[in-house]
Amino acid sequence: MASNAAVLERPAGVVSGRAGGTVAKGMAMGYLSVVVLLPLAALIWGSRADGLDSFWHQATRPEALAALKLTLGVAAVCALVNAVTGTAIAWVLVRDRFPGKGTVDAVIDLPFALPTIVAGLTLLALYGPGGPFGVDVAFTRLGLLLALLFVTLPFVVRAVQPVLLELDTEMEEAASSLGAGSIAIFRRIVFPNLLPAILSGVALAFARAVGEFGAVVLISGNIPFKTEVSSVYIFGQLQSGNGTGAAAVSVVLLAISLGVLLLIGAFRRWRTKHDYA
Amino acid sequence: MRVIWIAFLGVAVLAGSAAGASKGGSIDLVAYSTPKDAYGKIISSFQKTQAGNGVDFSQSYGASGDQARAVAAGQDADLVALSLDPDVSLLVGKGLVPKKWNSNSHRGIVSDSVVVFVVRDGNPKKIRGWGDLVRSGVQVITPNPFTSGGARWNVMAAYGAQRRAGKTDKQAIAYLYRLFKHVPVQPDSARAALQIFAQGKGDVLLTYENEAIYAEKKGVHTEYRTPKATLLIETPVALTKSGLSKPAAKAFYKYLWSSTAQKAFADQGYRPVVKSVSKGYHFFRPPGLFTIGSAKYGLTGWTKVNKRFFHPEKGIMAKIERSVGQ
Repeated sequence: MASNAAVLERPAGVVSGRAGGTVAKGMAMGYLSVVVLLPLAALIWGSRADGLDSFWHQATRPEALAALKLTLGVAAVCALVNAVTGTAIAWVLVRDRFPGKGTVDAVIDLPFALPTIVAGLTLLALYGPGGPFGVDVAFTRLGLLLALLFVTLPFVVRAVQPVLLELDTEMEEAASSLGAGSIAIFRRIVFPNLLPAILSGVALAFARAVGEFGAVVLISGNIPFKTEVSSVYIFGQLQSGNGTGAAAVSVVLLAISLGVLLLIGAFRRWRTKHDYA
Repeated sequence: MRVIWIAFLGVAVLAGSAAGASKGGSIDLVAYSTPKDAYGKIISSFQKTQAGNGVDFSQSYGASGDQARAVAAGQDADLVALSLDPDVSLLVGKGLVPKKWNSNSHRGIVSDSVVVFVVRDGNPKKIRGWGDLVRSGVQVITPNPFTSGGARWNVMAAYGAQRRAGKTDKQAIAYLYRLFKHVPVQPDSARAALQIFAQGKGDVLLTYENEAIYAEKKGVHTEYRTPKATLLIETPVALTKSGLSKPAAKAFYKYLWSSTAQKAFADQGYRPVVKSVSKGYHFFRPPGLFTIGSAKYGLTGWTKVNKRFFHPEKGIMAKIERSVGQ
């Protein structure tokens, strides 16, 4: 809460007559503290309740590390697939005309509305043993990826769509009249403009995939070292009364996610600056 | 640590705190999820009795371990109905349930069940005994004993059955290693395991008899076999200290062993614990039935068994999980 106080105590001269702004900042920081920062701080505090040695021991147990590796790996693949498919879907929704487009556009957000456990159940029924298509990927890493792709679908689409809508087609027309092929136009004009949006979508999809529980708990098989992801491992530790272990692994997961998000953010800013320089 | 529980279980706590006041008093019932229908019926018939007239109930159902931890973190509870003894012990440790909670004539046990094998229609793989589970080509579905407290009954049934057949402790543990090599999926709960089995995965589902009966009622194409040697599942109910100060809660607690309440449990597939009621139902009593307290088979009560088998790091099951995964 120290940062909160610092904002409020800023000398009046600096914010010259913008008391409204100060109040807004104070409220934003207060809200953030209550909703996000405080719970995260409590989590970190809890993870070191038994000392740093125990924290390290809990976070580096072979099961925990295996789950962590699997989680980060699948989340990364999921984010990359989203980068391609999400951009393609956004492109089709903005640039193409076809009957039922409005409905498709509305359907994109549904994975957010569906309780994720229901998503897991549905995927299991469709792509599990006895599914109607004869495809059985349940209880494998592929099934895990499928569940994560389902719940993270909207992120890249919704990040890219507005940018694509705003994008002036004149640039593309100019390039075309100068003899550039469609691949060159996409690579040199459209893609650089979309990249920041794609990256922010990818970052969101990655973060969500790392933390997802409901959609994967049914379809992943939960075999340690094979198909057990961190969220399910953490759940198991909690159920077995090992709260410190659960908190320790959560903290590591959060730290790595934060690192990845910061990296993507930095790269995005660098690209944006670089383009306009 | 308390802060963490509250952070993790905030939702559960909020869900349970919406109780209303009324003239007959109110009872907060915190229970595990499967007996929900039975409790619904028992509560409405209790409210028709003199003692239950005008008594309001606030009911919360969820995974047994989650419910116990929510109560430990401050959720209001007068009566807790959990799936196994250690979840009640957690509350005893927190000073929320008196140490003598299991001192009534039924030792605080309100219903029984047994560990059974659910198999495909017609039992194509001819699963009859524990030995059949580890035959080559047989896939067994059982929940992960670390995410599902109830799955621990299955593990101890497997172990105890080996001991009853004259195997040594070492041999029985070796059997568990072999058994878990046949488990391709470890769902997070008994209900999820049933779901996955119904979906077509696996040849045998290890579960409780009441779940098997539930599956039959729901029209899942399965049948179940009760092995000759199996474990008696005992589900406890306890009054908390706050419940002990409420006459209505005490009356309801007693009512759970009335014939009306016991019949309601039996109708949902649980074995009644009151003899006069169980006579009316035909639950097969396997010749080799043992309990978690059958010391001659190495079963020395949940406290010791939990520590030896289910310690999240040093437990025998933790080692088995490590060996099958790697």
